[in-house]
Amino acid sequence: MASDETSGKDLTATDSAGVDHGSAAAGIAVVSRDAVANPGFPPHRPRITDLDPRAEKRAERTVYTLFYLSIVGSIFAIAAYMIFPIVPEDPGSVRLNNMFIGIGLALALLALGIGAVHWGKALMHDEEGVDERHPVRGTDETRARAVEIFQEANTESGFGRRTMIRNSLIGALVVFPLPAVVLFRGLAPQDQDPVALLKQTMWEKGTRLALDPSGVPIKASDVTLGSSFAVIPEGLMDLGHGLLEEKAKAVVILVRMKPEDLIETPERASWSYDGIVAYSKICTHVGCPVGLYEQQTHHLLCPCHQSQFDVADSAKVIFGPAKRALPQLPIAVDADGYLIAQSDFLEPVGPSFWERQ
Amino acid sequence: MPRTQKPTNGTSRRSGRRSPLASVALIAIGLLFTGGAYAAFSTSTASAATESASAQTVAEGEKLFAANCATCHGLSADGTSAGPSLIGVGAASVDFQVGTGRMPMQMNGPQAEVKPVQFTEEQTAALAAYVASLAPGPAIPAAELLDAQGDAAAGAELFRINCAMCHNVAGAGGALTEGKYAPALDGVTPQHIYEAMITGPQNMPVFNDMNISPEDKRDIITYLKYVENNPSPGGFALGSLGPVSEGLFLWIFGLGAIVALTVWITAKSN
Amino acid sequence: MSTTTDMKPADTQKKKSGGFTGAAANYVDERTSISTAVKELGRKIFPDHWSFLLGEVALYSFVIILLSGTFLTFFFQASMVEVHYDGSYVPLKGVAMSVAMASSLDLSFDIRGGLLMRQVHHWAALLFVASIGLHMLRIFFTGAFRKPRELNWVIGFVLFILAMAEGFTGYSLPDDLLSGNGLRIIDGMVKGIPVVGTWISFLLFGGEFPGVDIVGRLYSLHILILPAIIVALIAMHLLFVVVHKHTQYPGAGRTNNNVVGYPVLPVYAAKAGGFFFIVFGVVMLMASFFTINPIWNYGPYDPSPVSAGTQPDWYIGFADGALRLIPPGLEWVGLGGTWSFNILIPLVGLGLFIGVVLLYPFLEAWVTGDKREHHILDRPRNAPTRTAIGAAGVTFYAGLWAAASSDIIATHFKVTMEGVIHTLQAVVILGPIIAYFITKRVCLALMKKDREIVLHGYESGRIVRLPGGEYIEVHQPVDEYERWKLVSYADYKPLELTPNARGKISPVQRVRAGLSRWFFEDRIAPVGTQEIEKSHGDHH
Repeated sequence: MASDETSGKDLTATDSAGVDHGSAAAGIAVVSRDAVANPGFPPHRPRITDLDPRAEKRAERTVYTLFYLSIVGSIFAIAAYMIFPIVPEDPGSVRLNNMFIGIGLALALLALGIGAVHWGKALMHDEEGVDERHPVRGTDETRARAVEIFQEANTESGFGRRTMIRNSLIGALVVFPLPAVVLFRGLAPQDQDPVALLKQTMWEKGTRLALDPSGVPIKASDVTLGSSFAVIPEGLMDLGHGLLEEKAKAVVILVRMKPEDLIETPERASWSYDGIVAYSKICTHVGCPVGLYEQQTHHLLCPCHQSQFDVADSAKVIFGPAKRALPQLPIAVDADGYLIAQSDFLEPVGPSFWERQ
Repeated sequence: MPRTQKPTNGTSRRSGRRSPLASVALIAIGLLFTGGAYAAFSTSTASAATESASAQTVAEGEKLFAANCATCHGLSADGTSAGPSLIGVGAASVDFQVGTGRMPMQMNGPQAEVKPVQFTEEQTAALAAYVASLAPGPAIPAAELLDAQGDAAAGAELFRINCAMCHNVAGAGGALTEGKYAPALDGVTPQHIYEAMITGPQNMPVFNDMNISPEDKRDIITYLKYVENNPSPGGFALGSLGPVSEGLFLWIFGLGAIVALTVWITAKSN
Repeated sequence: MSTTTDMKPADTQKKKSGGFTGAAANYVDERTSISTAVKELGRKIFPDHWSFLLGEVALYSFVIILLSGTFLTFFFQASMVEVHYDGSYVPLKGVAMSVAMASSLDLSFDIRGGLLMRQVHHWAALLFVASIGLHMLRIFFTGAFRKPRELNWVIGFVLFILAMAEGFTGYSLPDDLLSGNGLRIIDGMVKGIPVVGTWISFLLFGGEFPGVDIVGRLYSLHILILPAIIVALIAMHLLFVVVHKHTQYPGAGRTNNNVVGYPVLPVYAAKAGGFFFIVFGVVMLMASFFTINPIWNYGPYDPSPVSAGTQPDWYIGFADGALRLIPPGLEWVGLGGTWSFNILIPLVGLGLFIGVVLLYPFLEAWVTGDKREHHILDRPRNAPTRTAIGAAGVTFYAGLWAAASSDIIATHFKVTMEGVIHTLQAVVILGPIIAYFITKRVCLALMKKDREIVLHGYESGRIVRLPGGEYIEVHQPVDEYERWKLVSYADYKPLELTPNARGKISPVQRVRAGLSRWFFEDRIAPVGTQEIEKSHGDHH
């Protein structure tokens, strides 16, 4: 069996049988003098297909039947492609097309695979083989030669001797990727400052609050008690360019509760209108839209990470990972009874960023 | 609560023969028929509701109310510490709460659960008529808004913006705070969907006609019925719960099947 | 015993066979020297065990992903230009969406078999990452990462990370509502990075979120650079498997100096080749019967809506869960900026976790001081401390993973969402500690049971009354082959403190010795021959 002929001392295993190792070879393993010896390979156990020619015949039949079945599956898939076409506007036809082509292909693949494995298991030679292992490291001669080659190369090139050449080469190699860093600046527009953009939204004094997605302006009288409106600034939908970017900052949730339920700080007392309040819909955690409004508890829930905000109390965080309250949009009513913004948000909306303060 | 329980049982005993049949019919309709059947069903309810303005119906509703609802909502429906006032909630609210079995509540929990319906259609209509007679409120919607023949694409967009955050994009439902949840919308009748939108049951916000117009509501119902009546083109939908159910399925059934096959592949052949 | 010698090398057979095959083989060999490869590899032995096939599952899923993915690229257009959908799916007709979303819908609803290929691609992607995970667990718990395979563990682990990156970039491509909100979360996390976060986000999205560039950029990563790196690393990974030769479980006749199993040609080729089709077949079955990622339900990305149950695919779940479990209020302003600890703690915490897993082979080697090559796998119970560490890590990961579905757990088990979060916060912190101690005790108990079996045999369940009236249970002795599996593990002693050249013991050495003691404490020595003799004496 295994022997130490390969002589890699690291390889000498404590768990190989009957070899008495020196203490160095065993490393940290405790070498027991009375370790049980490896009994060697157990006797080979023949399979039914080795003993019974009929079983062998049967296995052979199974294997080629499976391969034929695979051909049937492939043909079925081709047929299904034609028999189950996709009818426009009929999702049921897509379902059938998907299912029947899939069944054909699955049959083709599974029968092919199972047939091949069964062939390997039941009919192919069943004696296990043994390979010797050798230490992964090169032999001492190989390693010596490798070292020698490096030394020769060093001598021939003068890599170690000509230090100016070597050091300037290393320097050049370090510097040459740097232009790539600069090139990547072009990933974003050159003339924009992300901090300034993050700090303002489309809302400004007098912008009407409008319904998402129709853009119809909302009257204060439309917002009945217990209502929740998905709101965008009027005119947002007319933006051709940059619509989603503006929408991603400007979306607002508008709710009405009984004025007596509302807890308002003195400085924000003028930001609401008769129990109607508007808050940014973008979570201050990582920016999911916070839309789950519970009209009785006045809680707003974010479905992504479960932050909860109390709309009755300045949308302060009452649960979950967010820290900051949702920014409030100060609102008023114009002469025609429409809800308008008093100004933009007074703080940046959405997730925190370094330059936020 | 037990006091509410008793009269309810009395009611169902009194109408013992009709009530189970009615619910069987309801279930059969719900299971077998699609848009057209819904429309037919809703028409009858709606017309029943219009007729129910008669004083006799209101009086019958008042009796039912006193026997079944007054414990919590007060004899004059102006609310007690156990239940809110029903002045001005309208017929739609009663039809939704009673018609889906949420009311009468059996026990206090995070929210009223859907239960087997406790009243017959006539009784529900009478209760609705009584509550509607107390003060004006949202009425039971007209049949033409419930036919699910609107614009599914417009409805889908409105549903995503106004409803999907709680009910999930495919109407599979979702979690709210403190044990409350937004129910799945699969199998809910168009009438109840419509009524829920206009009345805002429990913690659901109200979506009045200025927010989502009646035609928009019809479109939303159209979308929901489209999803309900057209099974997923990709095969079984795994509850439409999204990546969680897909991941669980993959680990348990996909990888499970493959590991079982690896055991077969490496087992000694017999 | 060795079959290597009785069999003729494959190339001589080829020469003899003559005819077209012979001529073709000769033609190829004269130009490629392929016969050398056949000679070296054709009869290479691979050990047979079901757990050795898990890595193959990963490889095959990757091949399936390449095949189905190539099909998808013929139809998918990675553009965020706005169009109005005009395909077959009624509830989206006329809706404004990006070209990416519209082309994903078109390939699903207007190309026969297109949806099937999309579902094959996505199911195979989930399987790819899952099978890598399971494969890594097998490697870890059997100690297969030990010398000389530490570097291959690192390569494998990098592949795991790259597979997740492939998954996430692919998940984002259709530009639907679910993936859009996923990107929004990524944007929020990136912005939370101190000092550079805002700019990284700005560069990544080509301006403000969502911009019109991100899908195209992710597409380049998804189909070009990431797969290229994965292919290269898989090649290296497999090359190392060939160089090291496969590990094997302890068994009679198996030693650290041999490898016992079936030759590549023909048995292993038949089984492994067949297995590819089986994996493909299972994926195909899932794709034909089960919907995955129904983008038609989610609709196009729009910053205002979101769906209840918004989650990432399973392999990103642990990161999403970590974000959910952070308690409120962890954000601080100072030192010139905003510190979003509610984002930084998960980022840094998971980074450390990943780092520890990546470097585990080196850490363990340092603690144990073990410098030998190991080709015989540990049974997990015979390395109790490692197995316990693994169980602790799995518990930590599972807690985070479960947290990513806190809302679904709440609705389906009728509990409160807050309760689920608080429970999982406890699981993530206390769970690993509990799991560590339980697992360690279980391992030691199993080792004791092994000792009992070696010394006294299996309990047969047969009760016999002795002539003296005593009842005993008859024990079935184990044969020597079975016994070898139970006794053939090494016993270790901890590192000892040895003073260095100047006669001093450095603090680092002290720490190392302490860790080594901890790693090897509570050892149970394998049964020796004398004990077996003695136990036989007792019974007969």
